[in-house]
Amino acid sequence: MSEVEVVAPFLAAAVRTATPLALAALGEVLVERAGLINIGLEGAILAGAFGALVGATTAGVAAGYAGAILAGLVVAALFATCVVLLRADQIITGTALTLMSVGVTGTLYRAIYGSSGAALSLPTSAPLPIPGLSSIPVIGAALFAQPPVTYVVYLLAPVLAWWLGRTHAGLALRAIGERPEAAEAAGIAVNRMRVLAVLAGGALGGLAGGTLVLAQAGTFAENMSAGRGFIAIAIVVLGRWRPMGVALAALLFGAASALQFAFQAMGWGAPYQLFLAIPYLLTLAALGGAVGRARAPAALGKPLSRPVNRS
Amino acid sequence: MHGATVYNAPRHAAAPTPMSVFRSLAFATLLVAATLLATALLLAIGGYDVRLALAALWTGSVGSWYSLTSATLVRAIPLMLSGGAIAVAFRAGVFNIGAEGQLLAGAAVAAAVALGLPSFGMATLLLALVVGAAGGAAWASIAALLRARFGVLEVISTIMLNFVALSAVSYLVRGPLQEPTHAYPQTSSIASAVRLIQIPGAGRLHVGLVLALGVLGAAGWIMRHTAVGFRLLAVGESASASASAGQIDVGAVTMRAFLVSGALAGLAGAVEVQGVTFALYENISPGYGYTAIAVALLAGLDPWRVIVSALLFAALEAGAGAMQRDAGVPSTLVSVVEALLILAAVTAQALRLRRSDAPAAELPAPVVVRAS
Repeated sequence: MSEVEVVAPFLAAAVRTATPLALAALGEVLVERAGLINIGLEGAILAGAFGALVGATTAGVAAGYAGAILAGLVVAALFATCVVLLRADQIITGTALTLMSVGVTGTLYRAIYGSSGAALSLPTSAPLPIPGLSSIPVIGAALFAQPPVTYVVYLLAPVLAWWLGRTHAGLALRAIGERPEAAEAAGIAVNRMRVLAVLAGGALGGLAGGTLVLAQAGTFAENMSAGRGFIAIAIVVLGRWRPMGVALAALLFGAASALQFAFQAMGWGAPYQLFLAIPYLLTLAALGGAVGRARAPAALGKPLSRPVNRS
Repeated sequence: MHGATVYNAPRHAAAPTPMSVFRSLAFATLLVAATLLATALLLAIGGYDVRLALAALWTGSVGSWYSLTSATLVRAIPLMLSGGAIAVAFRAGVFNIGAEGQLLAGAAVAAAVALGLPSFGMATLLLALVVGAAGGAAWASIAALLRARFGVLEVISTIMLNFVALSAVSYLVRGPLQEPTHAYPQTSSIASAVRLIQIPGAGRLHVGLVLALGVLGAAGWIMRHTAVGFRLLAVGESASASASAGQIDVGAVTMRAFLVSGALAGLAGAVEVQGVTFALYENISPGYGYTAIAVALLAGLDPWRVIVSALLFAALEAGAGAMQRDAGVPSTLVSVVEALLILAAVTAQALRLRRSDAPAAELPAPVVVRAS
């Protein structure tokens, strides 16, 4: 087998695997820059996958993506209600919401599509090659002959970087993540922005789940998020809370996951369970290596203080 | 490290007073009532026959001697031990979400010892239990070291380790530990001499129940009445205050809590192999390590109350199978009930803190624990 025959599919698989991770992680960047940590991201992705299933079986691929975003928003709204408005603990709320997503999607899936959970075949979004760019040798097809949702990531990462770094609203969001009290004193509506950040994160998490169903698997399976929400949170750390860094970190993870296909193609004789464990092992290694040097938003994960104007 | 609102410990006197007995009974009653209400509500929303489903839930969990002993109590054992694991960790401000992986690690090494060593009966049985606990602690130590050395959020690392443990077990039961005919992805059955004996007249129920009750009883006693327990709670409430005012080695206490937590979860895995499955395979745990989080949180992270909530969740999950069979209700509904109970508990806690006008000293102040 020639090198091109291995490298090009490997790159394509890397980008494909990275897409949902990048979407979810970019959403979590907004949440964490606002000083919150949403462990319920895993639940939003799973809910998004189920929303995509419902939408796509009802009215096609576009409705599938809409359903995915909507489902992610529902999970995010619950998180925002408990954490921002009621000031419940973030980690525990996020854990509970993930558990709830597993239960709700599993229950609805079995109730609507039969208790055997027979695999459904869904319409998927076909790759949309970009004329010109997609014919670049080796990398062209990998980067520019992907489903449209991948191009959303290409646009979203620089736009978010610009928004966070160059706009008043982005500055306000970062201020909330560093010093919520100071931000409030400066007249920023802390709670409102945090709710919006969580909702945006949930929408992107839902879209990530939709991508799994509509651009990759073509079907829904219980628990199909398989820890991607937690990997996305690790990617945020690895990308140092910066959108462009996070997009690159997601690509690195995509590449690591795609290694299993490449190794299989090359006939590498290691147990396949090792390849299955690679993304998780890489997450551990990345966290161990990255955390010491990166600086998290100062208020990240801290219990929310009483808003000055309310108590 | 990001801390959580630390739960309000029931600070009872040593001897059970009428008040404390009353409180515990009230706790159990409230828990059962809330669970039944939430289940009934979800069933009604789903358009199921509520009466039929609840009847099936009852029959499948506590309605007969067989279901009580062989379904509910057998399931309660791993839930008690892993629920205790979560309680110990969370109490010290360690968010160990990895009980599932530690349970699998414990089950794997216990199975390896029980199968690999020549059987000396009781000695091998005990050795396998101890090694299982050590295996769980060793698995937890990876996340503990990552936290201590690099400040890695253990919520993430322990979940990653859960997936790795599952892959490792999958490899073991298809590779080095596979049964001799290589037909099934599981180990051979362990010898009867290294199995935990079954309680006569109680179906599949084994003496692991006594072990679990003993371990949780001791854990609760240690937390209430010893300096070790005091240091654990102090670090969980406020790491900085413990370090400066209490001269407590926060790092050491945190590390020990993490390891003890892993050991309890590992013990749960070993007990499951030696008392129930008698072999290692991939699906040895139907998510006990995850349910344990709900068990511990509902118990307010108190080991004694973990016994009550573990029994409740075991009954719920035992009954879920019957609900699916008899009333067509998906058994995953139980996860929704569990999640609702956790959300209700954590929100009630937050609201109580918010409304309370008690002086700060009496409030279990929400404190952020920072890893050094």
